[in-house]
Amino acid sequence: MRVTVGKGSCGIAAGAGEVFERLERDGVKPAVTGCIGMCWLEPIVNVGDKTFVRVDAEAAGEIGKYIRGEENGAERYAIRQEDLDNLNAQVRVALRNCGVIDPENIGEYIAREGYAAAEKCITELTPERVIEEIKASGLGGRGGAGFPTWFKWNAARGSKGDKKYVICNADEGDPGAFMDRAVIEGDPHAVIEGMMIAAYAIGSDEGFVYVRAEYPLAIIRLDIALRQAREKGLLGKNIFGTGFCFDIRIKAGAGAFVCGEETALIASLEGERGMPRLKPPFPAQKGYLKKPSNINNVETYANVPWIIRNGGAAFSAMGTENSKGTKVFALTGKIKNGGLCEVPMGRTIRDVVYGVGGGIKDGKAFKAVQMGGPSGGCIPAELADTMIDYRTLAATGAIMGSGGMVVMDGSTCMVDMARFFLDFTCKESCGKCAHCRVGNRRMLEILERICAGDGREGDIELLSGLAEQIKDGSLCALGQTAPNPVLTTLRYFKNEYEDHITHKKCTARQCKPLLTYSIDGAKCTGCTLCAKKCPSGAIAGEVKKPHRVEREKCVQCGKCAEVCRFGAVEVD
Amino acid sequence: MGCNCAESALSVDTALLEPYLAEYGGAEGGLISLLQKAQELYGWLPADLLINIARRIGVKPAKIMGVVTFYTQFRTKPAGKHLILLCQGTACHVNGSAGIEEAVREYLGVDEGEMTENGLFTYNNVACLGCCSLSPVMMSGGKTYGGLTKDSAVRILKEIERGEAV
Ligand SMILES: Cc1cc2nc3c(=O)[nH]c(=O)nc-3n(C[C@H](O)[C@H](O)[C@H](O)COP(=O)(O)O)c2cc1C
Ligand code: FES
Repeated sequence: MRVTVGKGSCGIAAGAGEVFERLERDGVKPAVTGCIGMCWLEPIVNVGDKTFVRVDAEAAGEIGKYIRGEENGAERYAIRQEDLDNLNAQVRVALRNCGVIDPENIGEYIAREGYAAAEKCITELTPERVIEEIKASGLGGRGGAGFPTWFKWNAARGSKGDKKYVICNADEGDPGAFMDRAVIEGDPHAVIEGMMIAAYAIGSDEGFVYVRAEYPLAIIRLDIALRQAREKGLLGKNIFGTGFCFDIRIKAGAGAFVCGEETALIASLEGERGMPRLKPPFPAQKGYLKKPSNINNVETYANVPWIIRNGGAAFSAMGTENSKGTKVFALTGKIKNGGLCEVPMGRTIRDVVYGVGGGIKDGKAFKAVQMGGPSGGCIPAELADTMIDYRTLAATGAIMGSGGMVVMDGSTCMVDMARFFLDFTCKESCGKCAHCRVGNRRMLEILERICAGDGREGDIELLSGLAEQIKDGSLCALGQTAPNPVLTTLRYFKNEYEDHITHKKCTARQCKPLLTYSIDGAKCTGCTLCAKKCPSGAIAGEVKKPHRVEREKCVQCGKCAEVCRFGAVEVD
Repeated sequence: MGCNCAESALSVDTALLEPYLAEYGGAEGGLISLLQKAQELYGWLPADLLINIARRIGVKPAKIMGVVTFYTQFRTKPAGKHLILLCQGTACHVNGSAGIEEAVREYLGVDEGEMTENGLFTYNNVACLGCCSLSPVMMSGGKTYGGLTKDSAVRILKEIERGEAV
């Protein structure tokens, strides 16, 4: 019986390493798999077709007994039917092997028709025919913009030059998204095979994967996969006995969000500061070292082998008019079942948040979902029936983005959210364009002021005006989209801005300077803990008698509310 | 060359870097990889080392400084033995990562990027460690800690300290 332990970064963080060791000690020889996407149930152990979840060392002991056919208590850890149904309701194309195969064993990838698509392309199809198939699939770039993949391939193919490059963008900068990490950690060969096919289609013999530095495990797994592919002759010279040569190198990023932008990424590959360059020329014309280069996202490449094997028509049969196929989403934030899922385009936000995600944590109300990261926006709960496709999402002011979905409940302040993203873009702006460098900084200052209770009449207009100028005055999409989080929150949550500015109130109770603290005399036992912890000596009262907050001394740090064991501190 | 600080003894042993100078020094686009190796070896990138590298691979020190200051990964100040990466990504932010930073800063008594007096810790805020489903998250020594609370974050720091004491 095959026994596997999910050892993606998330599984390991949840304790999969200990579980793995415990099973080994019990004489079981488990195999490693990547992340199946049910991160909230990690660590996950599979025995044959039975799945055990939230496995700790003790559970691993029971599972060991189960495997040996002894009396055991493993059933307690068996996955619930509804969670299993949720998993089966997904349509897994890019994630087809994640959590199923051992990513460190090329044999398991090959056993699931791995490299069959590359072989077919290289030995049977012309490059033009390959590009035709990708065109028929309607595959759009999964890095955010959804730009037709075939078009880029065709342009790179058409560019003159004896040397061309294939680049995989694994910078995954959107904070709150981890699809690409999961794909590389769980199925690195799918990405390699996709890149091989792209290389054949455009006429390239050299590729790079640019992986962000925060993903050490992805780099290790990818390196192992590359070495195994080389040993099998799948990378290198005369692949499949044809004259086709191709190899891939890994480049680790060095921590700069803007390097996810394709021209900045190329500058970074060249060992320079990652400053975006003016387009045109596009990378397909002049990319890495000024040679024609094709750059796609991890998930885009991972879809390619499936498309070749099953035909472009099978891919385009899924999805909507303008968005074909499936998309992987990372569900996080105040969601009950956080993790990864892959669904056909055209499902609604509600389907994903309530269906796959199980709704909001602790039964709270759904307030908004943030999509597209720093370039995207917050979509309010009223628009939960919005269909997930590139155009429909763009109409809300947010974007599909790379697939991060951060779910929020009533405890998230939307003004603070806008401030959070602006703070991020200010730190990550490369500094080239004045509008992005200075304009975003000014917007951030205004938002900080509003969150600190110093908002003024006219701030909203000032923010909207600045936003338009920054959009127009920035060279790359980082600046052009930086105001989106502000614009969408202004569009859907204007009342929260007004509450902050006019009424000096933060209804989500996040902006501390706007909060007032008081002590409920009926609940206070006079334990004096809050008075001891208060840094400004603002709490008065005698031992064993109700205390009170002296407003004029209070610095709104919230310490009292945090330490009170009787829930006596009221925050408003 | 007006500056001759690199002539005197260097603050680090550059012999360790030799193989990488050979591998990346002349290679197209190898500068970032070379600097990453240097930081891996020495823990940080002292100015005299950078000047030395510049001289060896034949580029201007200003260009190297330009690259070093552009990328957040590179440190021009020494870091503590344990580098704590605190996630401040969107998912972690929504789940209270600002409070975790507060607790860590209070416990360590230093600001972001600074080393504690005993040389044990430096903490850095980062945007997303890719374990968002476990948010709030921090990472240290290749280990990821999820589902943090203020208390558990401090407890983890204490555990690391205890590991050092024995
Ligand atoms: C500021 C900025 C950051 C980006 N970050 C990423 C990223 O992390 N990963 C990614 O695949 N694309 C990112 N992109 C999009 C890339 O520029 C590029 O469009 C993409 O890699 C192309 O691949 P695709 O067509 O397969 O989506 C970013 C764009 C901008 C403007
Ligand atoms: S947002 Fe913290 S790990 Fe992704």
